[in-house]
Amino acid sequence: MHSIVCVKEIPDPETPASAFAIDPIAKRAIPAKDKPPVISPFDEQAVEAALRIKDAKGGKVTVISMGGPTAEKILKHTLAMGADEAVLLSAPEFEDSDSFSTAYVLTQAIKKIGQFDFVFCGRQAGDFDMGQVGSGVAELLGIPSVTLGKKIEPQDGKVRVERAFPDGYEVVEVSMPALITVSNELGEPRYAPLKGIMAAAKKKVPVWNAQEIGADASKIGCTGRHTSMLKLFIPVRESKVELIAGENEEDTANKLALKLREVKLI
Amino acid sequence: MADSKGVMIIGECVECAPVAITYELLGVGRKLADSLGEPLMAVLLADKVGDAAKDVIAFGADKVYVVESPLLKDYVTDSYVNAMEKLCQEVKPNILLIGQTPMGRDLAPRLAFRLGTGVTLDCLDLKIEPQSKLMVQTKPVYGGNALAEIVCEKTRPQMATVRPKTMEPLPRDDSRKGEVVSFDPKLDASKIRAKFVERVKEKVEGVKLEDANVIVCGGRGMGGPDNFAMLKELATMLGGALGASRPPCDNGWVPATLQIGLTGKIVSPTLYIAVAVSGASQHLSGCSGAKNIIAINKDAEANIFKVARYGVVGDYKKVMPPFINKVKELLKG
Repeated sequence: MHSIVCVKEIPDPETPASAFAIDPIAKRAIPAKDKPPVISPFDEQAVEAALRIKDAKGGKVTVISMGGPTAEKILKHTLAMGADEAVLLSAPEFEDSDSFSTAYVLTQAIKKIGQFDFVFCGRQAGDFDMGQVGSGVAELLGIPSVTLGKKIEPQDGKVRVERAFPDGYEVVEVSMPALITVSNELGEPRYAPLKGIMAAAKKKVPVWNAQEIGADASKIGCTGRHTSMLKLFIPVRESKVELIAGENEEDTANKLALKLREVKLI
Repeated sequence: MADSKGVMIIGECVECAPVAITYELLGVGRKLADSLGEPLMAVLLADKVGDAAKDVIAFGADKVYVVESPLLKDYVTDSYVNAMEKLCQEVKPNILLIGQTPMGRDLAPRLAFRLGTGVTLDCLDLKIEPQSKLMVQTKPVYGGNALAEIVCEKTRPQMATVRPKTMEPLPRDDSRKGEVVSFDPKLDASKIRAKFVERVKEKVEGVKLEDANVIVCGGRGMGGPDNFAMLKELATMLGGALGASRPPCDNGWVPATLQIGLTGKIVSPTLYIAVAVSGASQHLSGCSGAKNIIAINKDAEANIFKVARYGVVGDYKKVMPPFINKVKELLKG
């Protein structure tokens, strides 16, 4: 089986709020100095989902990413995890895309790759938390989509997917090929073994530009957007916390309980 | 685009009764419709809609489209997208609002691509910009560290999904008048590529997190599964529920269904006791609706103190046992 996985490079979501800064003109986050960008965590789980299918059924995993030249690093990481091939979609014209122009570029690249059984995406990017590129790619490819997958089992030309719900899960069956977005309930992605890291270092990651994927110039980057961002800002949060402290932990604990009783919270 | 008119919301029902998000969408939809001077429409999709249309009118809708088909019994992407595509082509709404629910987050993006328009997911605020008359959609980004204001200028409908519990419903008014129109989406079963198999509810003991008035939540700093028992004891004592931030769930210390945050549950209790929770933005997105947050954390710089009303800087292992004893004593009291 051939799975294609779409991944995105994002500013490290573990960046503490105190180190988080934005460029209000460019309308994007300024990466913290000691925090290099990472693969979006849900996308790493999407790679894991594809690798589990390869483990069970054999076949191949191809990973693609639209991004700047630095995104090669996250693609190498997915190769080290066990993916077979990776392609970077990078060109100045792709910059300032929204979900719509991004989905178009990914779709064009998938069409160029050709045959596949699955496309996997993370449930949402760890930066903009939109969660629409996956469904968009499926719509543009004309294939069914299942979102929030936590368990994926292909059987007899169909796939059975458990969708993560707040109070449990839902089971759906769809025909293949299909696009599935992966949720964190799938479980931890595997570590890249040393052997994998060394093999990945030797692999070439081809770079495709707009022309190579036959992209219509009116549908990519800024021109292909359906939405525009007016403003990006950090909301002001004023701390009003009242710290409770006693002579020792027990005294503190008593004071806290009494305070909660005083304001009728318990 | 010029002939696109009206604000439309997609309601969600359980056994013919609208659920909370439907009323919240009607609340914000009414405001947007009034500031544009356009009608508010609601859509109800199901195999049988029953009396839900009456409720939807009482909560603000001017017109209700009842879309019934055996293929709409359970939510399936293709059937709902195909039905909404046909309805939008006929009605041409200016604005379309959906809940940021398991249904909405699946339906909204796929429908937007089908209609060739833009959508913003997980909005916390929607308003009409007076000059342009565009709907300004505010959503949290970078895990809630920042907010973005987004508009959809060229295409219609302007679509957004709305985070549950962020919008106020109107008070029920049974004297309100509205029109109920039945719409046949003429669904073709051969074009539905997915099949709904089953819904599996994982058992939760005691009070549901979303309904709980008191929540005791443990974070990464709990260090392992063992001490969650004392949080559970406190939660039960206060008639509340136990929750967790993402790390304890991802590490398997507690079931994934206890997760509070952007990718878990959104809660709004009166009392939220956060124990060893650092307050990552992704977690705060889920509990910012709590009226009173109490933080216990050994790191005085932890983000959770910024949103807390009362805080204790200290090791939870030393603070919680005497705190639980004192609460027990007061409750007996």
